[in-house]
Amino acid sequence: MSDSVERPNSLRSGPDDHGRFGIFGGRFVAETLMPLILDLETAYEEAKKDPAFKAEMDDLWTHYVGRPSPLYYAERLSEHLGGAKIYFKRDELNHTGSHKANNVLGQILLARRMGKKRIIAETGAGQHGVATATFAARFGLPCVIFMGATDIERQKPNVFRMRLLGAEVVPVTSGTGTLKDAMNEALRDWVTHVEETFYIIGTVAGPHPYPAMVRDFQSVIGREVREQMMAAEGRLPDSLVACIGGGSNAMGLFHPFLDDEGIEIFGVEAAGRGVDQGDGHHAASLTGGRPGVLHGNRTYLLQTDDGQIIDGHSISAGLDYPGIGPEHAWLHEVGRVNYVSATDREALDAFQTCCRLEGIIPALEPSHALAHVIKLAPTLPSDHLMVMNMCGRGDKDVFTVAAALGVDVDEN
Amino acid sequence: MKTETRLDKKFAALKAEGRAGFVTYVMAGDPDLETSFEILKGLPGAGADIIELGMPFTDPMADGPAIQAAGLRALKGGQTMDKTLDLVTRFRQDNQDTPIVLMGYYNPIYSYGVDRFLEAAKAAGVDGLIVVDLPPEEDEELCLPALQANINFIRLTAPTTDDKRLPAVLANTSGFVYYVSMTGITGSRDIDSGGLKTAVQRLQTQGKLPVAVGFGIKTPSHAKMVAQVADAAVVGSAIIDQLAAHLDDQGAATEGLVPAVLTFTGELAGGVRSARS
Ligand SMILES: Cc1ncc(COP(=O)(O)O)c(C=O)c1O
Repeated sequence: MSDSVERPNSLRSGPDDHGRFGIFGGRFVAETLMPLILDLETAYEEAKKDPAFKAEMDDLWTHYVGRPSPLYYAERLSEHLGGAKIYFKRDELNHTGSHKANNVLGQILLARRMGKKRIIAETGAGQHGVATATFAARFGLPCVIFMGATDIERQKPNVFRMRLLGAEVVPVTSGTGTLKDAMNEALRDWVTHVEETFYIIGTVAGPHPYPAMVRDFQSVIGREVREQMMAAEGRLPDSLVACIGGGSNAMGLFHPFLDDEGIEIFGVEAAGRGVDQGDGHHAASLTGGRPGVLHGNRTYLLQTDDGQIIDGHSISAGLDYPGIGPEHAWLHEVGRVNYVSATDREALDAFQTCCRLEGIIPALEPSHALAHVIKLAPTLPSDHLMVMNMCGRGDKDVFTVAAALGVDVDEN
Repeated sequence: MKTETRLDKKFAALKAEGRAGFVTYVMAGDPDLETSFEILKGLPGAGADIIELGMPFTDPMADGPAIQAAGLRALKGGQTMDKTLDLVTRFRQDNQDTPIVLMGYYNPIYSYGVDRFLEAAKAAGVDGLIVVDLPPEEDEELCLPALQANINFIRLTAPTTDDKRLPAVLANTSGFVYYVSMTGITGSRDIDSGGLKTAVQRLQTQGKLPVAVGFGIKTPSHAKMVAQVADAAVVGSAIIDQLAAHLDDQGAATEGLVPAVLTFTGELAGGVRSARS
């Protein structure tokens, strides 16, 4: 990593007043949206200081989402790998099946405070869409979910779940019909219905204040891990591992630990068919991209030499975003977090290992994190405490996995 | 601005003539480089006073289906930033007075390199820039360097731009102010005249710059209506719709495409010119 990038005393103090983490982040949006983003920032700053806001969130976290999620010692996996002691942070047990609920709850409470009457969101794998549709139903707000036509095809169960929950799912056919196009379409909807609409972004991306706000809501993950690990082992973990699409589950786990220097942190991007296969074959923005501006912020992007965005590929629809949250781009440049990648194949293998050894069917997204755990753990001593964020469950992925393994689900 | 630009001169001339200007938007390289050049070359003769030339981008988040498709056609045909700048260079070989404003998104410029881009744009004969995703909060990125290079930086203002924000939005704007007449994306709805006059006057008094109005002008009578209250009317999607209607099944230009686009442009120009007679 470059030494020229300045490293502040605390790595947890960003972003600055301009919404920047180093050179990353910012507010690159059309003028129509600018006043809304400033309003949102003000509303969020006020809410943060309001004990009533926190109390309402805590209550729903406990009784509706099911927090805290357990920190589980994956004993058989640890034994099997014969190295580090591996813990799973079980955010897949949350209501709706992933960490996405943490963030959606925070944002929908904010939307209500701001008097917004209509909720929109983008979704890739459909997990963020399902979480948004769920909370919109819970609070009686009309909800429109934008989802790429390609993703609708590969995540059918989630599409039906959203519709059951009363959301309108709008197929996005522009571009290549995946997550980035869904986000473009959500932004287009937002500039059209500015006054009444609240846009719930599903990851630590978008214009300031979204990356910081989503991170704050997701940081409940890392805060709980601190306490739970102290209770279980009497000390903090030695390493953290999480998968990265936009980077929200990872930021949520990492952020409370950024200033604990001894803790090694790994973010795992999707290498698809292999980063060495070149453009269009992977979704590893940090490993295979370079800085650019998209969806309201500056960050690492998969792009051509001429600054056109390239679609990411991953077996996991939740990881194929061509960008990454700006705070990750900065943590990469200052060298605090190690960003690595795992291929479709490695993730599929990890997925199966987890099913058989732990009786947990993981989502394909955290299967990428698990693939790195499988590489790393055997090289470490048995007193090394490793925490992996099991950020989603794999029910939604069984059809994809069956297809990848050549199994006909209807036949067997 | 340090010196009077081609845009300043154009608006002064329009004022002297006592009429509003007509601004046309077309996408560079749509549907192919040579057809796009033919259109560009023909626009002033068809009545365009100012040309906005789109720089294609894969993710145009403020544009509707017509302009999205235009950008994708251009990119599919191999359009690059260099080729876009080259179009301007060729246009300038026999046109010295029609201002050209490049319009698009920041990433292709950022990727090209801001300094290198400004130098090349200046050399090609570009007069101004409209970059949708650069609000005043990000002025240091491109707006200030562009002004330094004596290239106008034209800002969009929207119905959501309130009195508190307006001074900041106008502060580093030059050439003209582009009033987006509705909240929404390009080409989505028809323009409506309600409140337009008041909105334009508010900008004219506060900004001391000409005000161009766009988003939603589709017919000569819309153009006329806008030209009655604004300093210029901007049409994009409707012209691109004409272009798209003259593509064959493979998306290639048919023989009638250039004449159809220019004839339609002429009709819109007629609407603008009839506004104050
Ligand atoms: C289970 C799960 N994990 C991870 C992700 C990737 O998002 P992020 O990197 O923001 O956590 C998704 C996105 O859909 C997801 O559904």
